[in-house]
Amino acid sequence: MVASESMTIAYANYWVFVVLMLIGLYAVIAKKNLTKRVIGLNILQTAVILFYISIGVKQKATIPIIVHGHEASHAAIDASGYINPLPHVLMLTAIVVAVATLGVALALIIKIYQQYGTLEEDEILEKCRKANEQI
Amino acid sequence: MKASASIVVVILGAVLIFCSFGFPPWGDPESAASRHVSPYYIEKSIDDTSVPNIVTAVLADYRGYDTMFETIVIFTAGIACIFLLRTRTRRRTDTRLYRHISTGITLRIEKGGKFPADSVDFERIDSVWVPYDLIVKTTCRLIVPFIQLFALYVIAHGHHSPGGGFQGGVILGAAMLLIAVAFDLRSAKRRLSEKTAAFLGTLGVVIYAGTGILCVLLDANYLDYSALAPLLGVDPITARSHGILIVEIGVGIAVMAVMVMLYYNISSAGRQDEGL
Amino acid sequence: MIWQIEFIIFTIVIILAVGAISVKDLLSAAILFGAYSFMMCLLWAIMGAVDVAFTEASVGAGISTVLFVAAVFRTTRRTKD
Repeated sequence: MVASESMTIAYANYWVFVVLMLIGLYAVIAKKNLTKRVIGLNILQTAVILFYISIGVKQKATIPIIVHGHEASHAAIDASGYINPLPHVLMLTAIVVAVATLGVALALIIKIYQQYGTLEEDEILEKCRKANEQI
Repeated sequence: MKASASIVVVILGAVLIFCSFGFPPWGDPESAASRHVSPYYIEKSIDDTSVPNIVTAVLADYRGYDTMFETIVIFTAGIACIFLLRTRTRRRTDTRLYRHISTGITLRIEKGGKFPADSVDFERIDSVWVPYDLIVKTTCRLIVPFIQLFALYVIAHGHHSPGGGFQGGVILGAAMLLIAVAFDLRSAKRRLSEKTAAFLGTLGVVIYAGTGILCVLLDANYLDYSALAPLLGVDPITARSHGILIVEIGVGIAVMAVMVMLYYNISSAGRQDEGL
Repeated sequence: MIWQIEFIIFTIVIILAVGAISVKDLLSAAILFGAYSFMMCLLWAIMGAVDVAFTEASVGAGISTVLFVAAVFRTTRRTKD
């Protein structure tokens, strides 16, 4: 009982990341509405960010802001007393890219709606097929 | 389609969970991610740059190239949104609604009538009619200066607390969005027009790239802030701290302008006459 | 890193993600996505990533939700699946 419980705690963050990423991936592949697909894309992006953040966690360590930073006695900074700051830096850029992608995706969705009048993928393909047959 | 997608997703999930047993356990201080470069960043960043927030120091100083290109990416997204959506076609009907302020009567003036354009008694409202809401408008007008002040604090205090240029820029943009949602899009455009927003976006990117070029002109590498020491009059370590602050201000200005541009274009579908 | 709180938030996050892609009303999906974003921000704050949590709170639960609601207002609110 103790072994499986500690194993659950040891690997739980990876399992949750896998579940969330696959929920997002399923929405991108299988849903027909374009807005649902964009929501699924964002869920996928935040799940990957969760994975990277959870790699950098250390037990019994504090946030990566050095305490008493400007006093003279910060000679010995122990690297295992602070959690890993490198994944945080990379994920800040990832969040910025996610919001930029969201802005452009929503602009494309509005343009498609103005052109076809619907956002369901099968109806849009029908209208494209009919327009191709008339040419 | 949904059945095959479900099968693919379940198989992929099983493979990934099987692979996750090879990872180090959660919270391990000796894991591979924490061993090569990051101990150097934790131990030496305050001696090199005198900035206690390690994430800000790494983001704007050690990895400054990535942050510069990230600013360019978000600026490109704002420009792409303008290119996709912005049109100059008017609405089909030229009907406008006006409200008489003192009595609350709403007028609908059809095409061909005379619009009370600059009169103080009438204000123009959107086609989707909403009632006049004194509480929301007064509260938002009171709160917005404090939101902007907090955003400037977040940008400037990014060295010692969580924050930095990007977070402060988003909060500044959100203050402008609050005005656009509580009043209407025309009030927000009166305060921050589209041309000013585009200019501010470019200005932010130019501040960031220009700091790097200034360092090259002073005989050092691109984005090596210790070369700014004779210009600012401090020692090289403090010059790195000030260089981080300058580029964070550039990032904040660019991000605010892009958030405002994105909202103006998406909420009015390009026409920019009425918002939400 | 208090693992009890994290397990509770893991559960809430998974339920919100499944809900955001399953409801038939796009405005509800946008609001559920905003709630999911805010729960992820809390999760990252508990794991110690305070800068990332600040950014996600301002961007995900602020700007993203407003942009989604604006896009739903300009297109359609109903969906078939």
